[in-house]
Amino acid sequence: MKFLFKTDYEDDIRLFPHSGYLWTYGTLLVLIAAAPFVLSSYLISQLVFVSIYAIVGVALLILTGFTGQASLGHAAFLAIGAYTTAYLQQFGVPFPVYFLTAGLLTGIIGAIVGFPALRLHGIYLVIATISFALIVEEILARWESVTHGNEGLRVKTIQMLGTTVPRDSAGFYYLCMGVLIVVILGAINLLRSPTGRAFVAIRDSETAAKSMGINVSLYKVKSFAISAAITGLAGCLFAHKLTFISPEMFTLQLSIEFIMVILIGGAFSLHGAVLGAIFIVMVDPFLTFLKDDIPGAIANFSMLMGAGAERAAAIEKSTAAVASANGLKGAIYGFLIMAFILFEPLGLYGRWLKIKLFFQLFPLYKRATFKRQKIYVKSERNR
Amino acid sequence: MLDFVQQLVSGIALGCVYGLIALGFVLIYKATEVVNFAQGDLMMLGGFFAFTFIGILGLNYWIGFFAAVVAMAAFGMLAERLVVRPILGYPQFTIVMATIGLGFFLRSVAGMIWGTDDLKIDTPFSQGVLRLGGLVLAHDKLSVIAATLLLCLLLYLFFNKTTLGTAMRASSENMLAAYYMGIPVKRVVAIVWAISAAVATAAGVLLAPITFIHSNVGLVLGLKAFPAAVLGGFGSIPGALVGGVLIGVIESMAGFYLPQGWKDVAPYIVLLAVLLLKPEGIFGLHVRKKV
Amino acid sequence: MSYFRAENLSLHFGGLKAVDSVNFAMEKGEILSIIGPNGAGKSSIFNLISRLYDPTSGRLFFEDQEITHEPPYSIAKLGIARTFQNIELFENASVLNNLLVGRHRHCTSSLWQEILYMPSVRRDEKIHRHKVEQVIEFLDLEPYRDRVISGLPYGVRKVVELARALCTEPKLILLDEPSSGLNVEETTDMSFWIRDMKSELGITVLMVEHDMSLVSRVSDRVIALNYGKVLAMGQPAEVQSHPDVVAAYLGA
Repeated sequence: MKFLFKTDYEDDIRLFPHSGYLWTYGTLLVLIAAAPFVLSSYLISQLVFVSIYAIVGVALLILTGFTGQASLGHAAFLAIGAYTTAYLQQFGVPFPVYFLTAGLLTGIIGAIVGFPALRLHGIYLVIATISFALIVEEILARWESVTHGNEGLRVKTIQMLGTTVPRDSAGFYYLCMGVLIVVILGAINLLRSPTGRAFVAIRDSETAAKSMGINVSLYKVKSFAISAAITGLAGCLFAHKLTFISPEMFTLQLSIEFIMVILIGGAFSLHGAVLGAIFIVMVDPFLTFLKDDIPGAIANFSMLMGAGAERAAAIEKSTAAVASANGLKGAIYGFLIMAFILFEPLGLYGRWLKIKLFFQLFPLYKRATFKRQKIYVKSERNR
Repeated sequence: MLDFVQQLVSGIALGCVYGLIALGFVLIYKATEVVNFAQGDLMMLGGFFAFTFIGILGLNYWIGFFAAVVAMAAFGMLAERLVVRPILGYPQFTIVMATIGLGFFLRSVAGMIWGTDDLKIDTPFSQGVLRLGGLVLAHDKLSVIAATLLLCLLLYLFFNKTTLGTAMRASSENMLAAYYMGIPVKRVVAIVWAISAAVATAAGVLLAPITFIHSNVGLVLGLKAFPAAVLGGFGSIPGALVGGVLIGVIESMAGFYLPQGWKDVAPYIVLLAVLLLKPEGIFGLHVRKKV
Repeated sequence: MSYFRAENLSLHFGGLKAVDSVNFAMEKGEILSIIGPNGAGKSSIFNLISRLYDPTSGRLFFEDQEITHEPPYSIAKLGIARTFQNIELFENASVLNNLLVGRHRHCTSSLWQEILYMPSVRRDEKIHRHKVEQVIEFLDLEPYRDRVISGLPYGVRKVVELARALCTEPKLILLDEPSSGLNVEETTDMSFWIRDMKSELGITVLMVEHDMSLVSRVSDRVIALNYGKVLAMGQPAEVQSHPDVVAAYLGA
């Protein structure tokens, strides 16, 4: 076990509490930088999606994880960012300007959404954010002069500093990773400063937060605005990655995927956003793998076990049918949500911490260390 | 004028279906303060069960209906046992997410089993119409309205007049205290899920002639039932019905009198307005936390 | 003029008069206790002062400024801090962070400064931390500094809540049943701390308390309430032997 000997207040607020962190994150940074030279273009493309999902994950963590305001409407914020991008491009606005405008405009809309949300708690807030997202989806489909309705909008390639940055280039990958890193650093800074503590205070007890001099309404709106703004930035990158946007891309399912990012990653730490994003984005390649490789493998295995060639072919066919069924992705998502809530409520990052603790305490780790406490329903109506 | 009445009746019929789904929300919410986002999907599954019994196995409509309700009640208990009970008492949003996961799962699996085509159940009400002057009222719509009223009345009496109903309300206020008072809390919660799944099935079967059964029907109608439940004040049985009817009427009027596109968003605009002006809904309770 | 004053303060819930035209005034540096049977309206008075409830009628003055219509958060900014009867801590945060939230009213950094973690933010953080450490030392909370609240025993939470209120550097502190749920030893500690708050930190204390021994040990004056009305006011011994108060407690 490592003991930190703190000698200064600085020790508690610095970014990297000790040199070990610097090593870990330094190595990670080198790996991220080296990735385009090593990995296939398909994997780099997946990593771009990871970074976009992780950016939204950070945004949701700020709002849901730290301020305690649940949102199932983040697909709408992403859509606003993406459509701002596509719209402004038509007028030849340069990338940095429309990138920041996407963030700013989405942030403003987030703040506007935040105001009505002030009076709402828990389930009502969830339903209100869903409604907001559905209304935005409908507006995008109907406001044809700006959004081209269901036909969607093309997004042009980024032009920056006289060069083009195509969506599958290493440059675009670096751009996305850069934005992710900047967003994470900003979020860390925010969370270790008074505003971050005010967010946590609001999450845990609004009454106490008020009596400590925290303007609860103001900070809730701030949290909404910040979260929306970050999502708007992600929306801009998302639009460039897809090169084409239309209303049906920003559905409730996407909002749920974003919640899954922090749920699976661990909703109590920024690490969770990144881990969750990696996990969610990997579902698609995993499905492809299921479709392409698993039926053959099972057939071969059954041949080995002594089944006839005909029987093996039949097995291959039936497993292939299941693996390529339309709804398989939905079923896997549903299963993942339930499984993580039931068995790994602290998410992947929580699991990592548990494993770390196991080795730190070895052999003294007790199974009961992280046992769930029994909780009984107490009415949340009286708040 | 006739158009208006015609729209009104079809709005009410549609609203009754929303009301029935909202009723399912309300039942579970009343007993456990959990909002079951998979309620619409339970309805969808109930419809598929009934289709299997009636359309495929060829049972009589009423027997098939009953069998589907019983099967779904059992399924509701199973879902509660596997997904909800282990996390009962956790923050609302956690449980909401678990039921969203359940909904996803059911939708996809139902799509795999029954395919993605629209299915239809032949009912005794499928064909007939009732003529009142110039007004043409289809039997299937009237049957939905009648059945909804009946179910609401039964459930209202059940909750407010029976001991079990009181036990359910007690366990939602404070589960531990209810447990100490000798209320078998776990069984109560399981029963609520069973009832709520049974109500969902009834909704699904009644709906079958109006909007066919397909794997996404639960999602579509479930999302419309939220405004209904909120409007009625989440936790009130008559409220769910009134809210459902209001939403149904608003939707069908918006579809008829307003330009295209309003039909789908009108319920949500109303919902947001209600949440802003009167967050506790029409019949809701407003209590505040004591410090 | 008095330091803090309530004039004809009333709070009615429908027909129930939780607080019924209560008048009292406090001098700077005084320790005033409110006693009374359950449901007498003691905590309601606190909730009125911290503006969680709106009074039905009546006015509140602090340092000759009317605070009846201030929003709850500016009450703390004026220098009135409070604790809660049933402990309202930030459960999932460490003791240190809970106390740092108490410093909120002294935080001046803007959002952008915080996102960039400018040197000024860093400097302020160290100042806040220094103040928090002083409170930690004052209340002997050193062993719990980095512990998360949800894992702490009740008695410690009670002290943490007091510490959080002190971190706001209040001029007036409202203590809602500071000794409830504490054992004899902890209650003794609490009484010393309350006296020290007055003598060392110069804080005016308004306290709701059931434990009469604690009340008579620390209070300068006592108010007895029943059914929202003031029964008696004065020296602790005087109030305790007041016939109306005795009757209220014995239910005669």
